[in-house]
Amino acid sequence: MAYSEKVVDHYENPRNVGSLDKDDPSVGTGMVGAPACGDVMKLQIRVNEQGVIEDARFKTYGCGSAIASSSLVTEWVKGKTLDQAATIRNSDIAQELALPPVKIHCSILAEDAIKAAIDDYRSKHGSGAELSSADQKAA
Amino acid sequence: MRPPIYLDYSATTPVDPRVVDKMVPFLYDHFGNPASRSHQFGWEAEDAVEMARQEVASLVGCEAKEIVWTSGATESINLALKGAAYFHQERGRHLITVKTEHKATLDTMRELERHGFEVTYLDVREDGLIDFEALKAALRPDTILVSIMYVNNEIGVIQDVPAIGEMLRERGILFHVDSAQATGKIDINLADLKVDLMSFSAHKTYGPKGVGALFIRRKPRVRIEAQIHGGGHERGFRSGTLPTHQIVGMGEAFRLARVEMATENARIRRLRDRLLAGVQAMEEIYINGSLEQRVPHNLNASFNYVEGESLIMAVKGIAVSSGSACTSASLEPSYVLRALGRSDELAHSSIRFSVGRFTTDADVDYAVDLIQTKVGKLREMSPLWEMYKEGIDINSVQWAAH
Repeated sequence: MAYSEKVVDHYENPRNVGSLDKDDPSVGTGMVGAPACGDVMKLQIRVNEQGVIEDARFKTYGCGSAIASSSLVTEWVKGKTLDQAATIRNSDIAQELALPPVKIHCSILAEDAIKAAIDDYRSKHGSGAELSSADQKAA
Repeated sequence: MRPPIYLDYSATTPVDPRVVDKMVPFLYDHFGNPASRSHQFGWEAEDAVEMARQEVASLVGCEAKEIVWTSGATESINLALKGAAYFHQERGRHLITVKTEHKATLDTMRELERHGFEVTYLDVREDGLIDFEALKAALRPDTILVSIMYVNNEIGVIQDVPAIGEMLRERGILFHVDSAQATGKIDINLADLKVDLMSFSAHKTYGPKGVGALFIRRKPRVRIEAQIHGGGHERGFRSGTLPTHQIVGMGEAFRLARVEMATENARIRRLRDRLLAGVQAMEEIYINGSLEQRVPHNLNASFNYVEGESLIMAVKGIAVSSGSACTSASLEPSYVLRALGRSDELAHSSIRFSVGRFTTDADVDYAVDLIQTKVGKLREMSPLWEMYKEGIDINSVQWAAH
């Protein structure tokens, strides 16, 4: 398992671990992945009245690359508008962290998590975006 | 950076320095071929080989003549299973083993299936032990051999070899036992056990790698077909020049095991229990395999709500084995833990700790502290742990497979 220095850094010192209140109207929550697949990511964003993401938090069950991917995107989305955040591509994440091919799915999951969080926020504010199927709620 | 603390004695053991000291002269001065009958070099080597053979026999309670040298337990198992199956194939072509066996047995059985034999792979109970009645029910008129490991390499459970042996002997079915993980850990007395073939390894018991032995019972005589042909060494059972220094090492390692086993195992049990207490101080820990029918060296635990690969990354300060082979793209959970009925997630997030002769209290305390800290940190980061803490049943959630 040869992880890049950036993956190891995010794994050892993860940024923005934690949770925001998912019932707060200014918070969007995305939860993607499945335990049986070995990765579950929860990404939360707090959006201000100008539509800018002012805070982000994550929790991830997964390998080092999955933890690093989610840690990285919490840094990237802060200060971005929802539309800007929605343009983050998994290939950007994979490139930044130098993920090997077998770990590309971690970056895809992180992109999905951003989209799911944005969708959740928008659905709370009635902007017409559909609730993402990836946004899971306890049954 | 300090090297990791070695807690993987079930993978291999360091060679005991006393063993090394015995081996070295047989690489220098006493380099003779034990098969050379015409000069002193050969005689010295032959004497050393026969003394070592007696030491191996003494540890397991058999006659020296019943021990055949091999390159290790894998070769011993191959020789026992293929040798017995081919010799007795006119009597029947059905063999029985267990799903939690080592790959040396499972892969050899697969090979025999390709040569027309039929193999039954028994399930185990949740505690890793064989269901005696299920074994009885699997026996057929054409069953010629049953192969079972004495001590499991992953979970350390001890199968009831004495009882199984009695039952098979009554029915005239050959019984092979893989004892690679058993020597020096439990008492083995082949004078009492109704076992026909038994495989041994040196390097799990503080001897060198590359040498092992197969016990082949003489009374009643067990017939097998040789698998390696050449100079007719080892009474024709296994040809090839004997590696004198390796054999001397195995002999000394098994002598030390015989002399020191009782005191050593008491110390090791205390260390393992200290480790167990430290691990069990955490929530949502699952011990894999029976704790009662188990060698004192082994602890195998699953850490719920922590992913396996990140767990291995987290504990790199200790050298342990993981229930998931996560070096490749496909995450393969341990087939042994799956056979106990563990979920893929729990099988992945398992760690096998195995302590041994050179493990100290400080090593165990370091490991406990590391595990508690790192597992705690990973759980703080785990959304599944958070859901568990909120009382949400993870299994009731509709997860989107990806």
